[in-house]
Amino acid sequence: MSLTRKDVEGIAHLARLEISEAQLPVYVESLSKILSFVEQLNAAQTTGVEPMAHPLAGEAQRLRPDEVTEQDQHVKYQANAVSVAAGLYVVPKVIE
Amino acid sequence: MSLHTLSVAELVTGLAAKKFSAVELTEHFLARIGLMNEALNAYITVTPERALADARRADAARSAGQAVLLTGLPLAHKDIFCTDGVRTTCGSKMLGEFVAPYDATIVERLQAAGTVTLGKTNMDEFAMGSSNETSYFGPVRNPWDLAKVPGGSSGGSAAAVAARLAPVATGTDTGGSIRQPAALVGISGIKPTYGRVSRYGMIAFASSLDQAGVMAASAADCAYLLQAMAGFDPRDSTSVNAPVPNYVAELTTPLQGLRIGVVREFFGPGLETATGALVQAAIEQYRALGATIVDVSCPNLPLSVPTYYVVAPAECSSNLSRFDGVRFGYRCQEPRDLMDLYKRSRGEGFGDEVKRRIMTGTYVLSAGYYDAYYLQAQKVRNLISAEFKHAFTQADLLIGPTSPTTAFDIGSKVDDPITMYLNDIYTIGANLAGLPAMSIPCGFSQNLPVGLQLLGPHFSESRILSAAHGYQSVTDFHQRVPAAYV
Amino acid sequence: MTDTATPMNAAATGDWEVVIGLEIHAQLATRSKIFSGSATEYGASPNSQANLVDLGYPGVLPVLNAEAVRMAVKFGLATGATIASTSVFARKNYFYPDLPKGYQISQYERPIVERGSLEILLEDGTHKVVGITRAHLEEDAGKSMHEGLLNSSGIDLNRAGTPLLEIVSEPDMRSAKEAVSYLKKMHTLVRYLEICDGNMQEGSFRCDANVSVRRRGAEKFGTRCEIKNVNSFRYVEKAINYEVLRQIDVLEGGGTIRQETRLYDSAKDETRPMRSKEEANDYRYFPDPDLLPVVIAADFIDSVRATLPELPDQKAARFAAQYGLQIYDAGVLTASRELANYYEAVVQKLAGDALGAKLAANWVMGDFSGFLNRDGLELAAAKVSAESLAGLLIRIIDQTISGKIAKDVFEQMWADGSDADVVIEAKGLRQITDTTEIEQAIDNVMAANSNQLNDYRSGKDKLFGFFVGQVMKATGGKANPAQLNELLKKKLSA
Repeated sequence: MSLTRKDVEGIAHLARLEISEAQLPVYVESLSKILSFVEQLNAAQTTGVEPMAHPLAGEAQRLRPDEVTEQDQHVKYQANAVSVAAGLYVVPKVIE
Repeated sequence: MSLHTLSVAELVTGLAAKKFSAVELTEHFLARIGLMNEALNAYITVTPERALADARRADAARSAGQAVLLTGLPLAHKDIFCTDGVRTTCGSKMLGEFVAPYDATIVERLQAAGTVTLGKTNMDEFAMGSSNETSYFGPVRNPWDLAKVPGGSSGGSAAAVAARLAPVATGTDTGGSIRQPAALVGISGIKPTYGRVSRYGMIAFASSLDQAGVMAASAADCAYLLQAMAGFDPRDSTSVNAPVPNYVAELTTPLQGLRIGVVREFFGPGLETATGALVQAAIEQYRALGATIVDVSCPNLPLSVPTYYVVAPAECSSNLSRFDGVRFGYRCQEPRDLMDLYKRSRGEGFGDEVKRRIMTGTYVLSAGYYDAYYLQAQKVRNLISAEFKHAFTQADLLIGPTSPTTAFDIGSKVDDPITMYLNDIYTIGANLAGLPAMSIPCGFSQNLPVGLQLLGPHFSESRILSAAHGYQSVTDFHQRVPAAYV
Repeated sequence: MTDTATPMNAAATGDWEVVIGLEIHAQLATRSKIFSGSATEYGASPNSQANLVDLGYPGVLPVLNAEAVRMAVKFGLATGATIASTSVFARKNYFYPDLPKGYQISQYERPIVERGSLEILLEDGTHKVVGITRAHLEEDAGKSMHEGLLNSSGIDLNRAGTPLLEIVSEPDMRSAKEAVSYLKKMHTLVRYLEICDGNMQEGSFRCDANVSVRRRGAEKFGTRCEIKNVNSFRYVEKAINYEVLRQIDVLEGGGTIRQETRLYDSAKDETRPMRSKEEANDYRYFPDPDLLPVVIAADFIDSVRATLPELPDQKAARFAAQYGLQIYDAGVLTASRELANYYEAVVQKLAGDALGAKLAANWVMGDFSGFLNRDGLELAAAKVSAESLAGLLIRIIDQTISGKIAKDVFEQMWADGSDADVVIEAKGLRQITDTTEIEQAIDNVMAANSNQLNDYRSGKDKLFGFFVGQVMKATGGKANPAQLNELLKKKLSA
């Protein structure tokens, strides 16, 4: 798979990554190489094979009792935020 | 007394016998770090005050008769584990100032076991790398040759243990990130079964592959640490609720009758001749120790690297979406609007390799490509897993090299991602299948260490550790320390 | 929640058939969040109920709330759906400030509930079965606030991680009225099941409508638009009606409908495209590696089935049969479980009286519900208990007071919670059944109104009512109406 500049711009946008003009061609090349490399998977015979999302097949999700175990710690948690006002995380205006 | 040459068993015994105090031991390691870390860049953050406070508490506990298994034992944590009140960077500018408000489960457990935290070790950014060159905090150097990489992503922990700047260290392994650096710096490292050690508080790279483990001089040292780390954690849905064996007590399980499978695909093209020869010699050593050597084959194993480079980026692209400049982590200056906040915070906060993997993962999950890439990779993953399962009907453990080459020059592979990715060709299979696997030193090629890999079925850590211990009882590769760090 | 939306019938859409499917988001009434131990209470101060998991902090992991699973299963059983023995959580990836992890944990290819249905009553009295495609578990997002902030928004993540059951219908509805009827029925059902408090103001029960139109007789569906942010029954109807007319206008003008997400603006009564959804979505769903498949065993399903309450339709049918009610009235009384329970408690106190059940129905649907509405009260807050309302009705039945007087007594009971008998005694409202006393009152009235008496006797029968009124007035409304009628007739024609 050979990606175009436009493809990479599209992916970068979907992933919300700013890529500089200078870096774009580098990514076009390396991502194309990686995709070509992984395409050898197409050769594998996988008809009828279930996709494996977890290494421990057969394990089931455990359930937690419905209990409130947390207390308000927003001051501590917000110490890592750059912009906070009145307990809210502040971002540039959200347009719906 | 050279405290840094002692094994964990000797340190624990020495502390118990009050031959030295936890404070003395901690000061000894802090002094070595002060002298030697600058050249190695093994630690991102050293925490001397905390370490000494921990050590004093350990000594007090000892005096009060409240010492537990590892009371007073110093260690280093890979900087991927959240530590309450101490910066946790994950090797990234994104988390350069991040102070976790909580402890990872394994940090909590090791603290409860009495350990003293010396600091946080360097790593590839978000654990994405096989050479430690993607760290925002600069590359780590291999103590055997400062021009060489220590491997990655747990390169800081590897170098710290190899240079004896910590007796033991934690690591994480998503595609070989404990075993490959352990091999490249000549130490022992174990990646347990997926689900054996809690992932809670370990910053996620690829959630279905990530597993925390131990890096130490010997398998016996690993056993002590794993004992304290392993076990069920209700905070991790993928943690398995199964009893933890006594790894330390079972170290001396005899090798007699052990069936060891030599995986044909581990000896294909790309394997350095000298490395291959040393691994073969180790296999002969096992035969001499009473093990039965059998040939096994996992034909799809060579596809583990392409499989991994679909699955891991897919998961990472989603896991790293939370770094958006809002609640924690790097935020760009004066964003114009919301889109600008996202794109620049992420564009400026992540390094090149992380961005490359996020983009790869975004692509393979996107509409029109999901089936061809992601789903196909998960199917091949199933094939590989089934082949391992079959191999374990013929052998109790599998054996092979850990890495196709010894440590390579810093800068020699950074521009070629595929070549870099192929470093993990022998290690990735265990992650895809969730198997426990370990690397131990088995010799030197041109003065650089070579690693031997042992793999077992799910929850066979004890068998792996005892097999490694058996080998280390008759060899001394694991006791060798680079001359500058003796 | 009264229906005042502009009526629209088939004629208004002319040659066009309307096709509607609804996606309902019901917040499950768990104490804690779906993947964390944070509280789910509404109205807490910003971010005070958002823990590390809800905030998407690095390293933290989700663990599934058992109660959310139980509630989803309960819903599936109540709608005759299939409960998946294995369902899978997936990540829906997109960036938005109210979505802390950059993905929403939801269910995609393998939801927990599939293929159910719900029967609704149409205006013409017929029934219609609306298919439920699926219902899946997912986490709610946080909220963005804009007030008081210049060029910025504030993010409150208290709601992030609240469990949601997303209930997706088939595109089976053919008018806004049908859609509302389905929505109301679903609203009743989730409250019966006690899996959602149904509070639409607080956003506990929300609805998106997928609306399209096609030429009558056409097989293919038209291009649909999804309308978001419709948070009351009335707005659902208005938003759909607006959207239908808009689409018809576009199509009849030779245009085409663009598949898009639109926002309903209740102030302007219009829908408009959402800017944040302009971009084509590529959610990159994949199984969440932090969560394992949810496995539901048959015995678990059985244990949940054992907890199912009598469902609205069953209850209405039983009320109609057992209490001799019209099916419509039975439907009104069973629209909420509380009201139905209240009604039955009243009836029980009146046990044995053939008229009691109907009288109780009239009072519970009439004055009692009317007063609740007037005062905006929840049933639980009413001062008139079922026992006390029954006390009042007993006094009507035993003719201590008339139905008319009873309304005054009820007013007093509603205000201060006193018993009917206390009010009746205190105000001296006991009905007069003493013949002599009534006759005395009639005599007085006849004496005072000799002109009317003459007119009546000369054939003006209509004046009978005048005399009834006068006697009632004289007795303070307390004369027993039946006795009064009988005695008055006798005296006037004497």
